[in-house]
Amino acid sequence: MSEPVHAVGIDLGTTHCALSSVDLDLSEGEELIESNFAIPQLVAPGQVEPRPLLPSFLYLPHDSELPPDALSLPWANAPTQFAVGEVARSLGVKSAARLVSSAKSWLGYTAIDRRAPILPAGAPAEVPKVSPLDASVRYLEHVRAAWDAAHPDSPLSEQLVTITVPASFDPAARELTAEAARNAGLGHAVLLEEPQAALYSWVAGSRGDWRSQVGVGDVILVIDVGGGTSDFSLIAVRQQEGELALERIAVGEHILLGGDNMDLALAFQLKAQLEQQGVTLDPVQQATLTQAARVAKEKLLTDLQAYSAPVSIPGRGSKLIGGAINTELTREDLERVLLDGFFPSVEVQDKPQGRARSALTRVGLPYAQDPAITRHLAAFLTRQAGAVSDDSTFARPTAVLFNGGVFKSPLLQDRILGVLDHWLTGVGSEPVRVLAGADLDLAVARGAAYYGHVRTGAGIRIRGGTAMAYYIGVESAMPAVPGMPPPMQALCVAPFGLEEGTRAELPASEFGLIVGEPVRFRFFGSSVRRDDRAGDVLDRWTEDEMNELQEIEAMLPSEGHGPGEIVTVQLQAGVTEVGTLELEAVESAGAQRWKVELDTRAEA
Amino acid sequence: MTDPNPSFFARLALAFAAFFKVLFDAAFAGRVLRLQAPQAETPAPTPAPPPAPEPPKLREVPTDSALQLLGLLQREGRLIDFLQEDLGAYPDAAIGATARVMHSTVRKALLAHVTFEPVRREQEGSRVQVPAGFSAAEIRLIGNVVGEAPFQGTLSHAGWRATHIELPKLSQGYDVRVIAPAEVEL
Repeated sequence: MSEPVHAVGIDLGTTHCALSSVDLDLSEGEELIESNFAIPQLVAPGQVEPRPLLPSFLYLPHDSELPPDALSLPWANAPTQFAVGEVARSLGVKSAARLVSSAKSWLGYTAIDRRAPILPAGAPAEVPKVSPLDASVRYLEHVRAAWDAAHPDSPLSEQLVTITVPASFDPAARELTAEAARNAGLGHAVLLEEPQAALYSWVAGSRGDWRSQVGVGDVILVIDVGGGTSDFSLIAVRQQEGELALERIAVGEHILLGGDNMDLALAFQLKAQLEQQGVTLDPVQQATLTQAARVAKEKLLTDLQAYSAPVSIPGRGSKLIGGAINTELTREDLERVLLDGFFPSVEVQDKPQGRARSALTRVGLPYAQDPAITRHLAAFLTRQAGAVSDDSTFARPTAVLFNGGVFKSPLLQDRILGVLDHWLTGVGSEPVRVLAGADLDLAVARGAAYYGHVRTGAGIRIRGGTAMAYYIGVESAMPAVPGMPPPMQALCVAPFGLEEGTRAELPASEFGLIVGEPVRFRFFGSSVRRDDRAGDVLDRWTEDEMNELQEIEAMLPSEGHGPGEIVTVQLQAGVTEVGTLELEAVESAGAQRWKVELDTRAEA
Repeated sequence: MTDPNPSFFARLALAFAAFFKVLFDAAFAGRVLRLQAPQAETPAPTPAPPPAPEPPKLREVPTDSALQLLGLLQREGRLIDFLQEDLGAYPDAAIGATARVMHSTVRKALLAHVTFEPVRREQEGSRVQVPAGFSAAEIRLIGNVVGEAPFQGTLSHAGWRATHIELPKLSQGYDVRVIAPAEVEL
C-alpha cells in the first residue's frame, strides 16, 4: 500500500452522500488544499454526469424496464442490475415500489434485522430485496468506484477515509456502518460524528481564526438537521496546556425527523387544500406534489418578500397545461406548518409530546412522534444540564453552529435563535452567538476530510470518546419472589468518554458461558451518567437516564473446548480505532478473547 | 455511361457562342489560340480552373447533442410538452401558472449544463464605443450604419455568449432521438 495522498471525508447521509478531500502533501496545519468531489452518476437511464451530491437512493428495476446498457457506468465492465443516485431517485418517483430510500434510518432501527433483505419496505414479492446494510454498501461502492476512476494513482482504499454517522447512532448502528465500509472495500475507514464533522468544517473554514471567535468557557451547541435526522451535540471549549481544546461533552438522542418530514407535512397541507377544491391525486402526483412542495418551501424560505409560491403538478400525459393541477403555498401556511409545527416557540421545560402524527410518517420507520424540533432541543438541554455545570436546570450554550440544508433559511435560524435566547435570558444568561460561515450542504463531508488530516497530527482534534456509558443487565442474586421477575442490576462495562483505541477496565463480575450456545444480555446506554466506572453495578436508576439498546449476544466457538463445556468469562469493552464499540468475552482462567456481537437481530 | 463530349446540337450552340466570344473577348481568343497549339493535341491534363473564389462551404453540425439537450430540457422541465401544446384552449392564468414553474425548472436544467455571460458588460442603454477591427460576430451594428470605426452607439442588447457547455455522457445504445419515452402505467 502506498502512502495516502488525500484525506477523504464521506458524508453517508439519509438522503444524500457527499465526498470531499484534503490534499495531505500540500496542506499545512490549518491551511488546507481541499476540494469537493463531484460524483459521476446516472442522472437518467443511459446518461452519466458528475453532481456534487449523490442521492442516497437505490432503484431495483424490472428486467425489461430499461434498455440493456442504460445502467452502464464509465468504470464498470458490465451494466449493473441496480441503480443508485439521481437516476434511482427520479425513477422511484414514478415506480415507488422498486425504490429503496432512507436506508440509513433503517440501519439505525433496532427493531429489525438490519442484515435481512427487507427493502424496499412493502414491495411486491417479485421485487428483489436488499438489506439496509447492503444498500449502504452500494452507495459506498459507487462512491469508491467513482473516486478510483478519477484518481487511478490514488485509489480510495489507500487514502485516509472518514465516514460520518449521526452522533446519536447507537453502537450497533456504528458497527453496521463500519461493516458496510468493510464490504465496500473501505475497511480502514474511521467513523466520525456528523455534528463534530460540521464543527471541524467550521474550524477549517476559519483558517485559524476560530480561536478569536470562541474562548475558554464557551459551550458550542451544534444543531444538525439533515434530510432524515436531527442531531444535537454540545462541544466545550477548554484550556489544555495553554492551548484551546475542544471537547464533545454531550450528544442527543436519535431523532428521526428532518427536512423530508417538513416536505411531507407541507405536501399534506397542499393535498388537503386541493381536496377542498375537489381534486384528488394519484400516488405519482403525490410524489410530485412533495417535490413541488420542497421547491415552493425553498422559495419562500429564501425569498422573504414573496407572499406565496406557485405549486403546479403538471399533467401526467403530454398535455402539460391541460392536465395541470395548480395551487399555491402561502407564507401563512408555510409558517404555520414549519415554524409552528417543527420550530414552535416553547419553554425549556417542555417535553416532546407522544402524539402520533400519521401525516409525517412513511410505512415502517419509527419517526419521531413530536415534530417539534425545538421541544426535542429543550429536552436535550434539560437532560444534559449536568454536562456543563451542576447548578443549572439546563445546559446553557454560548454559541450555536447550524448544519443541514434547512438552515439555508434565515427564517428557521432566527426562530431557533429566538427560542434559545428566550430560554437563556430567562435565567440571566447572555444570548447565544452564531458561528457563521459553514457550507450547510457540504460541511459534513468537508469536516470529515479535515478530520483525516487532523489525525495525521496537523491541527486541533475534538476530544470526547463515547457519548454514553454502557451497561449490561444482570439478574440480581437476590432470592426470587414467586411470580415476580428477579430484579435486574446494571453492570457498567464502558464508562462515559471512553476514547478511541482504548479499553475499559475489566469488570470483576464473571459469567459462565456454555460453549457453542448463544447467551443473550440486555444492553443499556446512558448519556447522562458520567461518573460510573467499568465494573460498577447499579441497583436502581431512573427511567430517563438509561436507554435500553438492542440485546447483545455472546457465543463461544467450540474450538479448543468440548461442546457443552462451561467457560468463565468477564466482559470487557473497548473502542476500536475505527470508532466502534467492541465487547469481548475474556476467559477468566486464560488469555482467550471472543468478540460479542452488538447487533443481534431482534426477536421476531 | 453518357458520352462526356457534347452532342451535335450542343456543339452547334457552343460554336455560335464561341464565335461571338472570340470576336469580342481578346482574353478568350488568346485561350482558344493556345488550345490550338500543337501541345494541346496530346491529351493534356485539364487546365487548372481559373482562381475564381470557391462557393463558401457550410459546416455540417452533428445533431446528437442538440437532441440530447432537448431531451434534457424535456426531462427536467417538460419543455417539448409545453411547446407542442395548443395554448389556445387555456386561459392566461393557467398558462402563467405553468410558465412560472417551467421557467424555474427549465432554467435550472439549462444553467446546470450551459454557462452564459453577456457579450458586453455595460448596462443596456448606455453609450458604448465599438473600436476598429471589432468582431462582427460578437457585435452587430444596427440602425443608421454609416461612417468609420470607432463607432459610437447605444447598447441595445448586451448579447449572450455560452462560456461552457457540458452534457451528460451517454451509454453506447442511447437513442437521442427519443426525447421522452412513452409511459405505460401498469
